[in-house]
Amino acid sequence: MDKVIIANNLSLSYSDNEVIINKANFSINTGSFVFITGASGSGKSTLLKSLYGSLKAKSGSLVVGGVELKGVSTSKLNFLRRHIGIVFQDYKLIKEWTIEKNIMLPLIINGYDKTVTNTQVESLLKHVRLNHQMGKFPKELSGGEQQRVAMARALSHNPILILADEPTGNLDDYSSELIWNLLEGATTQLKTTVIVVTHHIPETMKIDYKHFHIEYGRIDEVN
Amino acid sequence: MKSIKNHISLVIALMSILFSLQIFVITDRAIDSYKENLSKNYSVVVVSKKIIHEQDILNIDSLLKSVSELAPDEVIARLNTGIGKKNIELLKLTLPKFYKIKLKIYPTPAEIEKLTQKFLLNKSIIKVETFTNNLDNIYKLLLLFKNIVTVFSISIFIVTTLLIIKELRIWQFQHSERMNIMRLFGAPSWLRSGILFRLAITDAIIASILIFIIFIYFSSSKWILHEFSDIGITLTVFYPLNDFLYLLGVAVTLATILAALIVMGHKEEV
Repeated sequence: MDKVIIANNLSLSYSDNEVIINKANFSINTGSFVFITGASGSGKSTLLKSLYGSLKAKSGSLVVGGVELKGVSTSKLNFLRRHIGIVFQDYKLIKEWTIEKNIMLPLIINGYDKTVTNTQVESLLKHVRLNHQMGKFPKELSGGEQQRVAMARALSHNPILILADEPTGNLDDYSSELIWNLLEGATTQLKTTVIVVTHHIPETMKIDYKHFHIEYGRIDEVN
Repeated sequence: MKSIKNHISLVIALMSILFSLQIFVITDRAIDSYKENLSKNYSVVVVSKKIIHEQDILNIDSLLKSVSELAPDEVIARLNTGIGKKNIELLKLTLPKFYKIKLKIYPTPAEIEKLTQKFLLNKSIIKVETFTNNLDNIYKLLLLFKNIVTVFSISIFIVTTLLIIKELRIWQFQHSERMNIMRLFGAPSWLRSGILFRLAITDAIIASILIFIIFIYFSSSKWILHEFSDIGITLTVFYPLNDFLYLLGVAVTLATILAALIVMGHKEEV
């Protein structure tokens, strides 16, 4: 099976004094669903940042989607990011834009045709059950609804990889369930690789998944 | 309200640059116009031991426009008291030749000096009268004024450019959240920074239009035209189409370059 992520002796840090991830070795198969757990401050989000190229490896190698991120050029990194969907705990929606335009963002960046874009956005809004909120701005929605918009944005361009940083951290049960269903659907229906950083793995998971745990800078696979 | 405030800051900064630039252009035009007037009435007199062909004189320097020989009759007429006709004819033959030379432009003191040296290289020429003491005082004052305006314009340009950079940094900070989100999804620099460029170019257009209105008013102001005509200058203060396009070009180019510098210096937030 193809590997979408390969890490060899990967070390991550924000400063010279402190190493967050120390010489980690792991790989993730294409189309798999992966949980990364660990205590607060263990380095879960740091690892996720390195996967979308916001944090460069201190040492070792990290290959995502066939792109070696060590010393990657800006244009190549932009190209890789166009094939990744990211969901953040704080949603990171553009507050000056309507929810439709927020969902459209990856499609605009990828240069999709306007007709395709509009059809895709309408379909996604139905999918995340927000079609009744069209034309609204993020601040007019609840936290759960905003996260559903962020989820729709992450799915809009059929990415090869979805990275989700505590996507249900602050959400009500209804929105949480919807988000998990969408993430599971991405793997089962679209064969997208999904990596979720979370404190707790939901008990309601219906699909097989891989589980990595981070502790003291080490990444271990949990069976 | 906050947004309007930000726009005003950039518009005023750009207007200062455009205003000082246009004042510089007007000063230059005024000096050119005055020089043209002076050149019409200015001439150099060259005294030669023997006849020099007009074309030979014109070949001495490209500044020379025309040459005419001064007739000695008038000078001799003043001396014509008891001198016989034969002696007058003899006197005419022994008198040096006088040439009145018109120039294409009104020369600067340095140009006059250079021209004198060139004339004296011709061995027939024994004297050059340039009337340097009569060099127009107003012209000298205009040259001084132009230098002051140049220094003043450069100072305004430097200070306001720094203000514009500061203003654009504030804008970038305001839009950094959006730009960072777009970056996370792989948006190229031009797409992320589109808003910054749009705002900068919009303000450049607004500043150019406001300066256009101000100078349209100045160009029809009787007071300003009267001030110029008092020192013998008639000029068009503002050419609506040409000057507007020129100012617009400067404003848009400057705003775009500064916005590009700000964008290039922006680092990704981790």
